[in-house]
Amino acid sequence: MKTAIHSRVPPIIFNRRERLAGKCHALCMTEAPRSVIGVALNFAVPSPAPLAPVLYLKTPNTWIASGAHIPCPAGHDRIRCAGTLGIVIARNACRVAAADAFDFIAGFTVVNDVSLPHDSLLRPAIRQRCFDGSCSIGETCPQVAGQTLFEIGVVINNVLRSVDHTASLVRSIPQLIQDISEFMTLREGDILLVGEPVTSPLAQPGDNVRVEIPGVGAIENRVVAA
Amino acid sequence: MKHARVAYSGSIQHAISENGQLRLNDGRLVPETSVVWLPPVVSGTILALGLNYPSHAKELNFEPPAEPLSFPKSYTSLVGHLGQTRYPAGVAHMHYECELAVVIGKTARNVPKHAAYEFIRGYTIANDYAVRDYLENFYRPNMRAKSRDQATPLGPWLVDAADIPDPMNLRLTTTVNGRLTQQGCTKDMLFDIPTLIEYFTAFITLQHGDLILTGTPEGLADVKPGDQVVTEIEGIGSLVNTIVEDWRS
Repeated sequence: MKTAIHSRVPPIIFNRRERLAGKCHALCMTEAPRSVIGVALNFAVPSPAPLAPVLYLKTPNTWIASGAHIPCPAGHDRIRCAGTLGIVIARNACRVAAADAFDFIAGFTVVNDVSLPHDSLLRPAIRQRCFDGSCSIGETCPQVAGQTLFEIGVVINNVLRSVDHTASLVRSIPQLIQDISEFMTLREGDILLVGEPVTSPLAQPGDNVRVEIPGVGAIENRVVAA
Repeated sequence: MKHARVAYSGSIQHAISENGQLRLNDGRLVPETSVVWLPPVVSGTILALGLNYPSHAKELNFEPPAEPLSFPKSYTSLVGHLGQTRYPAGVAHMHYECELAVVIGKTARNVPKHAAYEFIRGYTIANDYAVRDYLENFYRPNMRAKSRDQATPLGPWLVDAADIPDPMNLRLTTTVNGRLTQQGCTKDMLFDIPTLIEYFTAFITLQHGDLILTGTPEGLADVKPGDQVVTEIEGIGSLVNTIVEDWRS
């Protein structure tokens, strides 16, 4: 097969310091920027259930690396820390069938998808989900062929606060790739977050939050007052 | 000055409007009809406003929101001037939305209203199509309805902020196959541009090239495959898009 446009953007998410130094900026201006896409309601379905995956974006200002601080927004004393699995996309995926989904996965990564708690899902929660530093992303671990079962643990101040399993996903990993790529191309280097466990704990400034997925990796960040 | 990103003879070029032609960054002067128009900016973050004109909120039977109602859009949703937008098979209601798009010019964090215009690189036009059949009451307007591949025409130009002295008083119009269907004025925005920049940068650090789509006034109408939709904003330009069948073979 011949590929008309061959891009080799490494699936690296720049950390906050690098972004401020302008590295990410330079990348964004010359290459189509990558996306980090979240899926709401994928560990528990409300009734009536949504017909399509309920998506949100973790905009580039939210991306931080393990070790960086998570700023708790002014006026708030608690943030929700959803440990989740990130699927790193290997090549452009447009209208991919679930059966072929693994051909489009480069690997997996550990993500702490941080948000301000919000009960209503009626309107897009930009303020609650897109604040600076609200998405910690680990190193990419190459996929083990076809593996879909992962255990996700969130540890706050050395106390295990939640354990969830991707076996509980409402839409499985291949199903998500099929349902999303039907209308929105997932591009090389994009990261798709599989969902937020309903047990995701709250954290406050001073807390040390660690997310670990055995076989994939671990990330650790301290929450600070913004 | 009006800037464009175009493909010409196999390369992607920055171009400037010059006497009805395009001056490419390599110095060549070429006819506008000789290029493929790309979205004029490459954006890391695209934020769009819902219900930001009271007239449009009324048209949709919604109360105007107390806080800006915003939603994120994927970069893949953008398509350039004279592009095509696919009409999903089996849907009944898809409509255009003519919007003034603000392009951020430099890193912006905690920007107060009075300083907001210093952070604007320029303006362009967005046509923020919505497929109403796909709207659901979860994070509404949800991305399946609003962030579809190539369903947000953007362009043709990025117009320098200095050339638009009062972006809060620009006429917007949409025509479908030459028939005027939508008109409004940016002065009727519920949350004006400085308010939006202050609101977003209180929690998001915006970067050069990021986009804020400021919402659309009343005057929605369904479009169908074959329709040519022209969204126009005074002083900024005229953005042309064609709706096509979503065929696969």
